Amino acid sequence: MSWTRTYATARRILEQLRHDPRTLALLLVVPIVLMGLIAWIFPAHDFDQYGPPLLGIFPMLVMFLVTSVATLRERTSGTLERLLAMPLAKADFIFGYALAFGVLATLQAVLVSGISFGLFGLEVQGSAAIAVTDALLGTALGLFVSAFAATEFQAVQFMPAILIPQLLLCGLLLPVDQLPTVLHWLSYAMPMRYTVEATSVVMTAATVTSTYWVNLAIVGVFAIGYLGLGAATLRRRTP
Amino acid sequence: MAVDGVSFDLSAGGVVGLLGPSGSGKTTLIRCLVGVQIVESGSIEVLSEPAGAPGLRRRVGYLTQAPSVYGDLTVRGNLRYFARVLGAPPDDVDRVLAEVDLQRDAESLVGRLSGGQRSRVSLATALLGKPELLILDEPTVGLDPILRRDLWALFRRLAAAGTSLIVSSHVMEEAAHCDLLLLMRDGRLIARETPASLLARTGAGDLEAAFVALIDRGMG
Repeated sequence: MSWTRTYATARRILEQLRHDPRTLALLLVVPIVLMGLIAWIFPAHDFDQYGPPLLGIFPMLVMFLVTSVATLRERTSGTLERLLAMPLAKADFIFGYALAFGVLATLQAVLVSGISFGLFGLEVQGSAAIAVTDALLGTALGLFVSAFAATEFQAVQFMPAILIPQLLLCGLLLPVDQLPTVLHWLSYAMPMRYTVEATSVVMTAATVTSTYWVNLAIVGVFAIGYLGLGAATLRRRTP
Repeated sequence: MAVDGVSFDLSAGGVVGLLGPSGSGKTTLIRCLVGVQIVESGSIEVLSEPAGAPGLRRRVGYLTQAPSVYGDLTVRGNLRYFARVLGAPPDDVDRVLAEVDLQRDAESLVGRLSGGQRSRVSLATALLGKPELLILDEPTVGLDPILRRDLWALFRRLAAAGTSLIVSSHVMEEAAHCDLLLLMRDGRLIARETPASLLARTGAGDLEAAFVALIDRGMG
């Protein structure tokens, strides 16, 4: 792996997005609009309960979609084949994407958190860190999953297939300890569960505690694990 | 694998034409040489290293059949990125732009260019870093006659400067530009000789007729 090539790849991806202002605008604006909608739906007290976990989940959904389609395009357009015939390590490619979308995810998370606090009156600490970690997780998952999609239609459908079950089991609809036993066990395998746990810590304690950091770290480990799996799915030789 | 018993030598600074009808296995053979094709059996060596070896990734330039460049980057943006990946000097970008005559379009988005321009961007990418061996999969297909002539002049120029080229095509008239011909049909190599000797052996008036005669007479 080489830092120069990873950085060049990340820069190239951001340059591509710069030439696609509509995608960039959607990426940054959609999570904010959705948070505004949530703030509008719920009275202030309930918003403080549902807002924080969704602050992490919306960026994750968006980044998942964008990443899986972007990497699929590299596979189908032949640019990935060309790059892998050049001195580019698989890790350069994967971490280039993680870096580029990580920058974007941070921007998105800072924007949506800032506006949620400032404009919508959300009062919970530590949410921005959760939003960034979640967006990174979405990127990592999208990179991994795009290996199993042959077309963009398939890639887009992995979103409900992979993310909705997590949404159902993460503790947002029903606290995880009230889930049927099997589903309760299953929820441990869902990275989104730890997001919700981290946010519930800051909501009840009103401050960041070590449990918060532990849960956040678990989400980070999941993200790195998926990036590793994503690198493993890249093949220099194809049929 | 779709290709059997193919082996050939190419001394530095020559153009090998890989010719044959669509579906004859040209792209498969090319992908094997570059090392991006899963090979069922047999061994392939390129520049005395196994095909696809890490050491070759800087020494071999590869042009895929469909232009594989980023449509949402400018011409220069594409070349700059690939130059960085190859570790080629930054001024190499201007050199390859001049080689394929795209200086005027350097700041245009590739997605807005015509098909012919886009394939030249892809070709320019393969020239980055001055590889010793260029493997080009149908670089002239779908281009107008003037552009085809210019590209063949470029290939001859590169060969004269010591680069080895393997160029595939399904247009037999392009065979005349090559030093050595590999003729393929149904995944097999049916001839390996110079254009002059192919004409002499078949007694045909042009290379297209020679190829047809070869197949008709089962002379492969």
